[in-house]
Amino acid sequence: MARRLLLSLALAFATTISAIAAPVDRPLIIGMRLEPPHLDPTAGAAAAIDEVLYANVFEGLTRIDAEGHVVPGLATDWEFGDDGLSLTLTLRDGVTFHDGKPFNADVAKFSLDRARAPGAENAQPQLFAAIESVAAPDPTTLVIHLSRPDADLPYSLAWGDAVMVHPDSAETNKQTPVGTGPFRFERWRRGDRIVLVRNDDYWGEAAKLPRVEFAFVGDPTVALAALMAGDINAFPSFGAPETLPVIAADPRFTVKSGTTEGETIMAINSRRPPLDQLAVRQALARAVDRQALVDGAMYGTATPIGAPMPPHDPAYIDLTGVNAYDPASAKALLAEAGVENLKLTLSLPPTSYARRSGEIIASELREVGIDVTLEPVEWAEWLSRIFRGKDYDLTIVAHTEPSDIGIYGRPDYYFHVDDPRLTEILDALDVETDPAARIELLQEAQRRIADNAVNVFLFQLPKSGVWDARLVGMWENSPIQANDVTGVYWSK
Amino acid sequence: MPRKTAVNASPIRRLLRRLLGLAATLLAASLLIFVAMSVLPGDPAEVLLGMNADPAAVDALRTEMGLDQPLPVQFARWLGGVLAGDFGESATYAVPVTDLILERAVVSVPLAILGVLLSVGIALPAGLLAAIRRDRGTDNLVTTLAQIGLSIPSVWLGLILIYLFAVVMKVVPAGGFPGWDAGVGPALSALILPAVALAAPQAAILTRITRTAIVEAMDEDYVTLARAKGRSVAGAVARHALPNALAPILTIVGLQFGYLVAGAVVIETVFSLPGVGRLLFQAVSQRDLQVVQGVVLIVVATVVVVNTLCDGLAVWSNPRQRQRQRQRQQRRRPA
Repeated sequence: MARRLLLSLALAFATTISAIAAPVDRPLIIGMRLEPPHLDPTAGAAAAIDEVLYANVFEGLTRIDAEGHVVPGLATDWEFGDDGLSLTLTLRDGVTFHDGKPFNADVAKFSLDRARAPGAENAQPQLFAAIESVAAPDPTTLVIHLSRPDADLPYSLAWGDAVMVHPDSAETNKQTPVGTGPFRFERWRRGDRIVLVRNDDYWGEAAKLPRVEFAFVGDPTVALAALMAGDINAFPSFGAPETLPVIAADPRFTVKSGTTEGETIMAINSRRPPLDQLAVRQALARAVDRQALVDGAMYGTATPIGAPMPPHDPAYIDLTGVNAYDPASAKALLAEAGVENLKLTLSLPPTSYARRSGEIIASELREVGIDVTLEPVEWAEWLSRIFRGKDYDLTIVAHTEPSDIGIYGRPDYYFHVDDPRLTEILDALDVETDPAARIELLQEAQRRIADNAVNVFLFQLPKSGVWDARLVGMWENSPIQANDVTGVYWSK
Repeated sequence: MPRKTAVNASPIRRLLRRLLGLAATLLAASLLIFVAMSVLPGDPAEVLLGMNADPAAVDALRTEMGLDQPLPVQFARWLGGVLAGDFGESATYAVPVTDLILERAVVSVPLAILGVLLSVGIALPAGLLAAIRRDRGTDNLVTTLAQIGLSIPSVWLGLILIYLFAVVMKVVPAGGFPGWDAGVGPALSALILPAVALAAPQAAILTRITRTAIVEAMDEDYVTLARAKGRSVAGAVARHALPNALAPILTIVGLQFGYLVAGAVVIETVFSLPGVGRLLFQAVSQRDLQVVQGVVLIVVATVVVVNTLCDGLAVWSNPRQRQRQRQRQQRRRPA
């Protein structure tokens, strides 16, 4: 009898302990809409690659934190040379890759040289354009020599495309990624999920989650069901904004509408007459009611913009008034330019924001007498025919890279900006390091782009995240395309 | 022993003819897909490297993937590989196509089998019941249910099933697949809803076919005779009507298998199942030609083989056909 009592007491005690400890050690299951094609962030443009691996598995010399600031990564500090033509970084000591191989300056040099090699499979070669050579004078010092000053370099080095890889595992990272991060790759069941587990030999503060799974759910309705059923704990970017009020009303979940670096535009092919005329482009911009788009296509979750700069950026100026919604003025501008019976095709890539906005814009343009044909295109076709082939009239797309205003300085870019002064400003921005002077240049660029009606600027793409209310540390905003869960934990 | 050779020669010749037909079908299907994919704008190198890529890097990747070769050379290379048992490497995933298809087949094949079993399992008894109780309440009920099943899109049915069984009752997961290594129970419970959604419209069609076939057979003289000889309705159906009605039913089952495979593309997306259908869908949007070709080849082969088997079964199951065949073989016997 006494033994029985003792046993049940012990059992009760054990269950109490596990009741306290178990929930905190619970794995996190994150839902994503798209599956990465492979797992090497340095060799592909798909955002899904970074969304699984950035900061969790792979780390760069620097990194972007939740507020969008550049903070130390595998480099503890860095300093530009007096002429601005070199950057010296001090590297962290005692860092090892998940396979036990040490990280040092030689590995860092290898990673950068591999990423910037001519013809390398890297999707963001512009990040490394200013680098002339990389030297590793000692194991914890890396010197990057530049052909021209590049004030953005510490920021560029924080991108997923610049993460550190080991020469021995670089070639196999696509299938079995080996990084230095707080999580190590466990398995990838293609089509279903990728599993990461805590790296117990991490150089820094260990991750609190024992295990993170990234599950792929393509259909937004099913995503909602999976969330409600508890099969998935978090959707950092949820595909169905119309269901957000339902989720927000449920105390089990947290709904956060954060910012991203994605400026949604209706790009104009300004080499195609009559779109080469400023008046016609202005007319297009004034025919579009941005607030109607935000309300109708984005269910009120987005912020209207008037230039290619996110509202949370310190250099942002509100230019939505430059070509504000004014259908009468749009008609007058078209008449003034002598353009009648304008027929345009609006090409829509498969994203829901593009398809939904396209429907509304088409009816708005018809209001001012422009005959719009909607043309749905696949992503592959968009890249090939519209983006590279520049064969289109109008198209809707979000430019999601951080600090990408530089594309407006490229006359050969798909929307054909032809403004030498703008190119000058943006070139000056490349080499300017003084923060105040940079903001001034950025604002001048924004004004020129808005005045020129280069594109129709629609809204800043929101990041609508939903997750279990017991989760702490999920990123609200998306300053970089990533799901950094290194600081996430279960509160209970 | 002349009789034996005569009996065997014919099936072998028929088999050879079938195999030749299969090879021709596969070649035609591959060529069609290859041409269609080549006409589509965009290629996997562009998709992989995205908007900011260096054109030189895209070209280098294109060369690596063999996309810089003329189209006939690309097709010949692929065909040569397939004949040697090599389906090539996926441009996007950078792994052999065979591995990709095999890891997906463990989801899709059981799903298709489950779908056929459910479809037949529901349709055969329901159709039989409706035929036996022709023009009575049961018949009307079954026919109405079949009409409803036929009209419901399987996507919608899938979503409703998910809501009911995963969100409200929480008895199965809302999509996803735990893998067979998680145990047969969890794996099957992940497949049961998609199988139901997939099978429902097929079961509805098959129910109506079964009902009609049995009803027709029951109007035949030999059933009337059997009844006159004192057989019960059930006995007459089991012994006489069903064997005669089986041929059209089996033919439809064979045809439905193709629909099940095609429908799986949609259902696997709705239920987030890592199956062959979803692989095909992704591969098309990523312009992953090798994967598309490989999947289409295997799907076409499976459908043709299953159809052939069903045709064979239909012949074998039909007493009159069997008899006719015997007569034909006797005629062919050398004098």
